[in-house]
Amino acid sequence: MPRQQQNLTDRSMAIGLRALNRFAGSSVVDRFGLRDPAERFLFGASKTTVRTATSAGRTFAAAQKLAKPARQPRLAPSGLFDLTPTDEQQMLSQSVRDFALQRLRPAAQDADAACVAPAELLTQSDELGLTMIGVPEELGGAVTERSALTAVLMSEALAQGDMGLAVACLAPAAVSTALSLWGDEDQQATYLPEFVGERIPSASLAVLEPRPLFNPFRLETHARRSNGGYVLSGVKSLVPRAADGELFIVAAALEGHPALFIVEATAGGIAVEPEPAMGIRAASTGRLTFEDVELPASSLIAAGSAEVYAECIQLGRIAWSALAVGVGQAVLEYVIPYVKERTAFGEPIANRQSVAFAVSNIAIELEGMRLTTYRAASRADQGKSFAREAALARRLASEHGMSIGSDGVQLLGGHGYVKEHPVERWYRDLRAAGVMEGGLLV
Amino acid sequence: MINLEVPRKFGTLIGQAHQMAAEIMRPNSRKYDRAEHAYPKELDMLAAVINGMNEGGALSGAGAAGATQGGGSKNGASADPTGTRNGSNLANVLSIAEVCWGDVGLLLSMPGQGLGNAAIAAVANEEQLQRFGGKWAAMAITEPEAGSDSAAIRTTARLDGDEYVLNGEKIFVTAGDRAELIVVWASLDRDQGRAAIKSFVVERDNPGLKLDRLEHKLGIRASDTANFVLSDCRVPKENLLGSPEIEAKQGFAGVMQTFDNTRPLVAAMALGVARACLEETRERLGEAGTRIDYDAPPNAQSAAAAEFLALEADYEAARLLTLEAAWMADNGKPNSLQASMAKAKAGRTGTDIALRCVALCGAVGYGEGSLLEKWARDAKILDIFEGTQQIQLLVVARLLLGKSSSELK
Repeated sequence: MPRQQQNLTDRSMAIGLRALNRFAGSSVVDRFGLRDPAERFLFGASKTTVRTATSAGRTFAAAQKLAKPARQPRLAPSGLFDLTPTDEQQMLSQSVRDFALQRLRPAAQDADAACVAPAELLTQSDELGLTMIGVPEELGGAVTERSALTAVLMSEALAQGDMGLAVACLAPAAVSTALSLWGDEDQQATYLPEFVGERIPSASLAVLEPRPLFNPFRLETHARRSNGGYVLSGVKSLVPRAADGELFIVAAALEGHPALFIVEATAGGIAVEPEPAMGIRAASTGRLTFEDVELPASSLIAAGSAEVYAECIQLGRIAWSALAVGVGQAVLEYVIPYVKERTAFGEPIANRQSVAFAVSNIAIELEGMRLTTYRAASRADQGKSFAREAALARRLASEHGMSIGSDGVQLLGGHGYVKEHPVERWYRDLRAAGVMEGGLLV
Repeated sequence: MINLEVPRKFGTLIGQAHQMAAEIMRPNSRKYDRAEHAYPKELDMLAAVINGMNEGGALSGAGAAGATQGGGSKNGASADPTGTRNGSNLANVLSIAEVCWGDVGLLLSMPGQGLGNAAIAAVANEEQLQRFGGKWAAMAITEPEAGSDSAAIRTTARLDGDEYVLNGEKIFVTAGDRAELIVVWASLDRDQGRAAIKSFVVERDNPGLKLDRLEHKLGIRASDTANFVLSDCRVPKENLLGSPEIEAKQGFAGVMQTFDNTRPLVAAMALGVARACLEETRERLGEAGTRIDYDAPPNAQSAAAAEFLALEADYEAARLLTLEAAWMADNGKPNSLQASMAKAKAGRTGTDIALRCVALCGAVGYGEGSLLEKWARDAKILDIFEGTQQIQLLVVARLLLGKSSSELK
């Protein structure tokens, strides 16, 4: 392990990830050290609805004022059709893939069963600097230019290890990226230093609500103006790391129009209960209930801009598509050796067209999903409209991602149905790409 | 740097192709669908324009002729500082899709732009390029007893002095009656299997090449589909494309590498038809009061809107796979896998989109009053020629699984 850590450190430092430089060797830092792992297991996996009030969490306060909000500049496009990632993107996604395959994958099954990500993994992930990717450099961020595509490549790489753990690792990054993109100078000064600091807060973007045909542009959670601030009420579903969340960005209708609000977990009136699901269980999904939660005027993001809200939803969909691509890649790489080794009727089952064609179709649809997701992110980076591309990427990730998950199990037959192999987990996880809204952001 | 937008420098080319499609193809679509086997004379003028564009070197044309192997793009190629090239393979895919948005049958009848031209461009030597350049070349592979299994073809080629003597029967030769050259696949020695298969350029007016009949088809009726009999058909030995040696390992691979270039082109044809269907259907649905909303989840919209979104998503995937395959060819990256993936996805998606659009538009889609029913008939061939869906899946599977053709049949 020390050697591996060294490799990651070297690479990350080489590409200017200041996080690792700061944290290298500080593996003793474990902010979850006080909580016994067994206790977390019981809490996370509990089937009984234990609704508790959120109270844990730090106080967020601006240490210094900003004159104006900081934004990452955009990369200038070369104008050529090109599928070559930048050197930085290549190194970054390779580092993250190493981490995903060496750390996340072996921990995935237990984390899935326990409905919680090991604290040590989250710390390591924080040290990788995931929450710093979207933060402007002058605020301590790690990457010079704004790049949704870089976040896509990293998300894809992480999910190749495990989707649930990837969601747990990436959830705080959704909040830091949102604040970087749309926060005003005070919001940035108050919250962003924590996301580039020594203890990254557990944070999450809460959009989904618990009902069929949910449409993020028609929210039931709502905020009304009161005493110069807002009063928030409603329910948010399948929020990653809800129970230990210290900071949330919550989607709520303000005077009939969807908007984003910053909500600290210490605000009174927020209840949280575990909401384990079919998959992405390592993300400790939970349900948040807001009952007349009083928010300051400064909690509203971007003055309730409709454009900002739509962009937030679209970037979230791209993120989930990227995760589906990563898991799809994991399925493909798992079934290929399996069907070549497994024999039936005297020869490898890979010699049968019905089996071989299923593998072909996984590869074809996976590549189509990947390219469509990249295009959506790349358009976002170039300042072009990307609502269409995000919607198409989501549709592909939902539909073909589901099929890839199903085929992954099918190709292993009965062996695919038991927990000896990871394909049953990927089957469950991949369904999330068609269900989830918010939670993540690229 | 990753960018999946069409490069701006191809704007003029695509604009010209679109204009051609809108002004010449579309108005003549129904006419030549009904008048099967009639020569679409409106295209002669276009061919002259396209050839002018090729020779001018500004950009390659709308047809298959410009497809080249591995980074050697001759027309309109340019590289950025990192060495990325956007060349003739990408230009061809984009312009073919645009022209097929107009009419795929007429594209296949475009003088000088046959699939045989792509084969010549891919494997011909300099002398042959000189001799055959500018001529319209069709491709003759399929036989009554050998379709997808092209290694089993029975047509033979025997060296006799300075000439090869060809004997056999070829069917389904696109533009076979109208082309000036036919690229014929034949075996130098049937006992040596696929390694002995070579391609030969035969002049259309060769007395040993006899037209048997023209097919009546489901679609692409503007394009003639010819069946030939070759009886003691003599061609100069310089008309053999590639190496005359029977090399056990390399031989057939050389012939097959043509497909790496032509499969993305056929995928592009399917993209053109699919986009025509989607645009027409979007408009008709709009008239019927159905709007497509990219922000609302499909399940929260009407079934028609949700279906449209599903079709458009698969179109997008097929399109980007095709651009990827062409981009790889432009940059000298081996693309057999991506070419077959693109062809498989675009072929099946084109047919699926066209047929579903017919149903979405109901009687308007099914009747001859619109072109949707015609596009649905045209689309089907694109999942068959240049390798059927099943052949593409086989190619992809063999590459992914590392299986030989004897292991994975």
